[in-house]
Amino acid sequence: MAVDYATLKKGGFMRQKQKNNFSLRLRVVGGNLTAGQLMKIAEVAEKFGDGHVHLTSRQSVEIPFIKLDDIEAVKNALAEGNVEPGVCGPRVRTITACQGQAICPSGCIDTYALAKELDDRYFARELPHKFKFGITGCQNNCLKAEENDLGIKGGIKVSWKEDACIGCGVCVKACRSSAISLNDGKIEVDADKCNFCGRCYKACPTEAWDTVHGYIVSFGGVFGNSISKGEPIIPFIEDKEKLLKICDTAVRFFEENAKAGERFKFTLDRVGREKFEQEILEAYNE
Amino acid sequence: MSDFNIDDKVDITDVVCPTTFVKAKIALEELDEGQILSIRMNDGEPVQNVPRSIKEEGHQILKLIDNEDGTYNLIVKKVGD
Repeated sequence: MAVDYATLKKGGFMRQKQKNNFSLRLRVVGGNLTAGQLMKIAEVAEKFGDGHVHLTSRQSVEIPFIKLDDIEAVKNALAEGNVEPGVCGPRVRTITACQGQAICPSGCIDTYALAKELDDRYFARELPHKFKFGITGCQNNCLKAEENDLGIKGGIKVSWKEDACIGCGVCVKACRSSAISLNDGKIEVDADKCNFCGRCYKACPTEAWDTVHGYIVSFGGVFGNSISKGEPIIPFIEDKEKLLKICDTAVRFFEENAKAGERFKFTLDRVGREKFEQEILEAYNE
Repeated sequence: MSDFNIDDKVDITDVVCPTTFVKAKIALEELDEGQILSIRMNDGEPVQNVPRSIKEEGHQILKLIDNEDGTYNLIVKKVGD
């Protein structure tokens, strides 16, 4: 019987160079696994693989050397430990995320919660080509948002609260964009220089900032055979419902306009970024 | 600086991150609650990061003074034992 590699690939089984051996990619959201899941993965790698796992470049785990005949047994064993196969091929891939504000002092948004939400909404959605989401919590960009087809970066928009300020000047130095100046006890923020990193607010000893946590979204990043950085359209998106609407619009635009096997960047180049920008702005202003 | 009664001073201009924060933290540990420490640090990364780390430890920052020689004095009031 002929082996249906496309179906296997869709189910996360990647053909190895060793005949009849597959590397099984697992479904991981935002780079988090429980200890229980890890124990089950270890057990399956011992029993059905060759006793090692591979950590992929996009926060997934692969178990290599799974035999074709064991595929169903492997899936069943993993299911006992709440582990599912991931996906490869032309669809929405693993949603990656840094630890974000739940863990990291620099985080501006809850990256894991957002990764889960996007995973529920889009994971494995069939599209003309692969589509990658990545979420990073702040301007430090540990998760490299702009290398994804759709990258999300957390940010904080600040406005100075004069009555709470002691004029210590810590924020002026904490800012890496030289956007803040202190003159005669008054703080001024240069909006053109502010990159929403939130360092002023995080360093402030008296919480003398009003803050809005939000998202900087970039589109059309690729980092494989071609390398290109995703670019934002809207400087700062304050509202999560709007963010989701914008993600919906981008995925739909890709679905409707991309040729089979064409990454988002090349669709945008071919169809015209202006047309896409217009649709994103419409979704945002709706 | 005359606005504050400095109880102790520490100079962290001779060390680099992350020892800058460690040296400041040790100096703070020597103090009693409510006492005031002046921490001399270099411009650049130390002054960008050390004040925030001190804040995250729960201490109260009172002032950052530019010594106009490429160093700053951060005036901190110790909170907690």
